[in-house]
Amino acid sequence: MTTSINHVSGTAGGAGEDSPYALTHLDALESEGVHIFREVAGEFERPVILFSGGKDSIVMLHLALKAFAPAAVPFSLLHVDTGHNFPEVIGYRDRVVAEHGLRLHVASVQDYIDRGVLKERPDGTRNPLQTVPLTEAIQEHRFDAVFGGGRRDEEKARAKERVFSLRDEFSQWDPRRQRPELWQLYNGRHAPGEHVRVFPLSNWTELDVWQYIQREGIELPEIYFAHEREVFARGGMWLTAGDWGGPKDGESVETRLIRYRTVGDMSCTGAVDSQATTLDAVIAEIAASRLTERGATRADDKLSEAAMEDRKREGYF
Amino acid sequence: MTSTADPAEQLAGQLSATTLLRFATAGSVDDGKSTLVGRLLHDSKSVLADQLEAVEHASRSRGQDAPDLALLTDGLRAEREQGITIDVAYRYFATPRRRFILADTPGHVQYTRNMVTGASTAELTVVLVDARNGVVEQTRRHAAIAALLRVPHVVLAVNKMDLVGYEESVFAAIAEEFTAYASELGVPEITAIPISALAGDNVVEASANMDWYGGPTVLEHLETVPVSHDLTGCHARFPVQYVIRPQTAEHPDYRGYAGQIAAGTFRVGESVTVLPSGLTSTIAGIDLLGTPVDVAWTPQSATLLLADDIDVSRGDIIVPSGDAPATTQDVEATVCHVADQPLTVGQRVLLKHTTRTVKAIVKDIPSRLTLDDLSQHPAPGQLVANDIGRVRVRTAEPLALDTYADSRRTGSFLLIDPADGTTLAAGMAGESFATARTAPVQDDEGWDF
Repeated sequence: MTTSINHVSGTAGGAGEDSPYALTHLDALESEGVHIFREVAGEFERPVILFSGGKDSIVMLHLALKAFAPAAVPFSLLHVDTGHNFPEVIGYRDRVVAEHGLRLHVASVQDYIDRGVLKERPDGTRNPLQTVPLTEAIQEHRFDAVFGGGRRDEEKARAKERVFSLRDEFSQWDPRRQRPELWQLYNGRHAPGEHVRVFPLSNWTELDVWQYIQREGIELPEIYFAHEREVFARGGMWLTAGDWGGPKDGESVETRLIRYRTVGDMSCTGAVDSQATTLDAVIAEIAASRLTERGATRADDKLSEAAMEDRKREGYF
Repeated sequence: MTSTADPAEQLAGQLSATTLLRFATAGSVDDGKSTLVGRLLHDSKSVLADQLEAVEHASRSRGQDAPDLALLTDGLRAEREQGITIDVAYRYFATPRRRFILADTPGHVQYTRNMVTGASTAELTVVLVDARNGVVEQTRRHAAIAALLRVPHVVLAVNKMDLVGYEESVFAAIAEEFTAYASELGVPEITAIPISALAGDNVVEASANMDWYGGPTVLEHLETVPVSHDLTGCHARFPVQYVIRPQTAEHPDYRGYAGQIAAGTFRVGESVTVLPSGLTSTIAGIDLLGTPVDVAWTPQSATLLLADDIDVSRGDIIVPSGDAPATTQDVEATVCHVADQPLTVGQRVLLKHTTRTVKAIVKDIPSRLTLDDLSQHPAPGQLVANDIGRVRVRTAEPLALDTYADSRRTGSFLLIDPADGTTLAAGMAGESFATARTAPVQDDEGWDF
C-alpha cells in the first residue's frame, strides 16, 4: 500500500475510492501474497508449502499457482498427517497434488507413535504432537523456507507473528527476538540449520479467505459445507465419532446437520451446527457469527490462555 | 453511523467493505493507547463473544471490576503478566465502509524502532495525547517519526477529556500547539479529535459531553480518509523479483519478469530501461497473475514481457525510458537503527533495496538526531538501538535509488549484518523531513541535517 505520494500541503492527496487505480481489499491482499511467494522463490534454495487441505492452505496454494503462472509452482508440499485426518480432506489433498503435478512429502504422527517416539496424550488430542514430525521433516529435507497458512487474526499470539519469521535449528519462535519488518523489505537471511517460516496470508481475515474462495471459484473439501454426520459432544463442541477415540463412556452419538469451519485433527476440531450448503450461505453465516473461528472449533486453544503461544515457541505453526 | 445496527447486521455489512486502510497507533505508556484500540475494536463490534468472554474472565481473575479492554490486545504471556506491550502486533477489523489493518505499536519498550516499523506501511498514524499533560516530549517524538516516515495522514487524539471536564479550551490549545509543530515538520494532513477512550467519547460514538466539537469521531475519520491512488505524478518503478520461464511444450519461449509494481503505471508498448545495466526494450505484454492486460499499476503484482531478449534478472529495476532515476554507489540517507548491536563508521554491511541486496560499507555517520528537541549531534561515531541519524554508505554495485520523498517503496532500504543476518537499520534516502524550516534554527548545527 505504500504508493508513491505526492502531497499538496494541507489536503489529502489521491483520488480516493473512485479512482480507476483503486484496488479492492481482495486485490490488495492477493498482490501482497503473490509478492511474498515470489520473494521466497527469489531468495531461498529449498522452500516448501505446508499443506493440510484446509481452506487457508488451499488459498495459499492458489496464490502460488497464480504467482508463477504459466510456469509450475517451484515448491513442493509438506503435509503433517496426524493420523486422525478427515478422509474427505486426504482425498482432496491427493486430487490437488495430482492435478497440478506437485510433489508431496508426508510427515506422519502415527508413524512416530508406532515407533514409540511420541506418546498419545491423555486427552487424545494429536494437534500438539505435530510439532516433532514437522520439525524433523524440515531438518531431514533441509527446507530453508516453510510457508504456512497462519493468519494474524486467528489468535492473539499470532497477531505478533512476522510475515518472515526466523526459526532456530529447533524451529523455536522467540517473540522477543523477532526482526522488525519494515515496508515490504523482508529479510530472509538465516544460518545453516535455521529456517524461515513464511506467512503469505498474515493480513487476511477469515472473511477475506472465504470471499476470495468465492471470487476465484476455488474448490474445497466437502466437509466445509453443511452435511449430516454422526457427532458427539465433548468440551462444548461437536466432534466426529470414529475409531480415533470417541465417543467414550458417557458420551452419546447423534446425527446432526453440521459443517466444519476449520479443518484439523478430528480429535480437536469441532463442527458447528449449520444449514449452509453453498459458499454464499457459508459467507453469510460467518459474517453473522458471534464466535471467532478458533473459539468455535478448536479444543486445543482452550487448554490455557497461552496455548497457542506455547506451541508456537516449540516450533508449531 | 452504523453503531445502532444490530451485531449480525453490522457484521454482515462488512461484506460490502471493499477498500483497505493500513494505520498505526502511537502513544506513551499511560496515554491509554491499549484502551483506545480496545474501545475501537469493541465499539465497532469487531470483538466476538468468545474474545470478550476471555477478557472478562481474565479481568475477573485479576480482581478488576470491569472488563479491561487493554487485555484484548496484549497477546503474549509476558505482556499479560507485566501489563505492558512488548512488540508490534497487527489487528484486523472492518466496518461496512472499509477494512482496517492496525499496526498496534507499544509506547515505551524500544519505542522508536517499533513506531518506525508500524509507520513504514501505514497511511495514517494516530498520535495519542493525555489531555491533562498536553504536548510533551513523547508527542513531539511521535510527530517527528510520522513526518520522517512520511505518513500521509496524522490524527491527534486528545484523550482523557473526561478528566479535564470536557473543556473545549484545553483541547483547542493542545490541537493548536501540535498542529503548528507537525506542520512545520511537513506532516501534510493533521486531524485533531477530543476523545475519552475509557468512556467512549468520540471514538466510535459521537460524544454527548462535547457538543462544541463538530468533527468526525475517530472511526468516522478512519472510514473516510482518502487512500491515495493518484498515480499520475508518480515515477513508474518495477523491481524484478523473479524470472518466470516455464520451458514447457505449451510455453517454450515464455520469459516473464515477475514483480510488484512499486510506483506508477506500466503499459504495453511503452519503452523501458533496465537498471542498473541501462539496456532498453519495449513492453511486449503484461500478465496479471495469468491474465494478459494492457496496463498495470501499483501495488499490483504483475509479469512484464519485453520485446527484446536482453539480460534481466532479480534485483534489476524496470523503468520508463524517459523517467529513469540516476544510479549511484553513494547513498545518503536517514536511518533508524533497530538492532541491539551498534552501527559504526567503517562497518561492512549488506544493503537491501527493493529486490536487490548488495555489499556496502558505512563511510560516515555525520550526525545523530535527538527526536525530543530535533537537535542534531555531529559525528556520533556510532548509532545504537532506537537512534536516528544521517549516514553515508558506499555500495559495491550501483543502485537505482529514488529519494524517499518521491517513493516510500523505492526510496527505502535495510542495512543487514552479513555475519548473522540481523536487520540493523531502516533507511530512507534523501532529505529527512518534507519541508525545510525557513526561520533561522536555534541550534548552531541546524536540525534539518
